[in-house]
Amino acid sequence: MADGILIRSKISNDVTLVRSSMKHPMETGQRKDKKTGKNIPAHFIQIATFEHNGKVVFTANLGPAVSKNPYISFKFKGGKKGDTIKMNWVDNKGKNASSEDTIR
Amino acid sequence: MKRRLFLKGTLAGGAIAIAASAGLLIPRTVMAAWPKSAFESKNVNDALNAIAGTTTTDSSGKVKINAPEIAEVASEVRITVDADMDGIDSISIIVEKNPSPLTAHFELGAGALGFVSTRVKMAKTSNVIAVVKANGKLYSAQKEVKVTVGGCGG
Repeated sequence: MADGILIRSKISNDVTLVRSSMKHPMETGQRKDKKTGKNIPAHFIQIATFEHNGKVVFTANLGPAVSKNPYISFKFKGGKKGDTIKMNWVDNKGKNASSEDTIR
Repeated sequence: MKRRLFLKGTLAGGAIAIAASAGLLIPRTVMAAWPKSAFESKNVNDALNAIAGTTTTDSSGKVKINAPEIAEVASEVRITVDADMDGIDSISIIVEKNPSPLTAHFELGAGALGFVSTRVKMAKTSNVIAVVKANGKLYSAQKEVKVTVGGCGG
C-alpha cells in the first residue's frame, strides 16, 4: 500500500479482475461545515488511470458523487501472472498518487 | 546600431513569450481529458449529450445493472455494470435525481471487458442508469434504488 491506495489483481481463465480503493475525502462542495456554516470546498479524485505493463487499459473519470474512499473494480483480457498493474489518480486540486501490483 | 539591437531584443523577447504560452497550454490539454461539462450537467439528457453527443439509447437488455433495491447507506451504494459486448468504448453511471446526474465515466482500453463496479452517493430515491457506448451506439439499463430518509433501512 502506497499513498492510501489498495490494489489487487487476480487472473482466472485469461480474465484479470483488478480491484482498487483509494483513500480520499471526495467532498462534493455542497456539504456545510457545522462550525462556520460555510460550504466545504469540493475536493475529489477526477481521473484514475490503470496501466497493464505500461499500457493504459482502463480510465476512470469520477465526479464528486462517487463515495468517499472510492472503490473501483474492472476486468480485462490478455494479462499474465507476474505482469505489472499500475494505478495513478489525480484530484481537482492537482494532487496525485500512484501504486502498483503484480497479477497473481 | 542601437536601434538594431533594440529590435533584436524585442524579437527574442516575443519568441520567449510565445514559447511560454505554448508550454502553459500543455498541462491544460492533459486536464481537459476530464469531461467537465458532462459532470456539471444538471439533467440526464444534458449529461448524455455532453459525453456521447446523443440521448438515444437501446435499452433492450444487452446491459445489466446490479444495484440494491434499498440503499442501506445512501453515501455508499454499490453499483455493478455488466455488458457482454465487443467494441465497448465507455461505461457511464448516472444517478437520475442527483444534483449532477453523471457520477462516473469509465473509458475502456484494449482488452478491457464490459464490467465495472463502484460505490456512489445518492441524494434521494432515484433511477440509476448504466450507459454503455459500443460501436458508436449507446446501450442502457436502469434500476430504481430506494433511499430511505431517517436511515432505518426499510
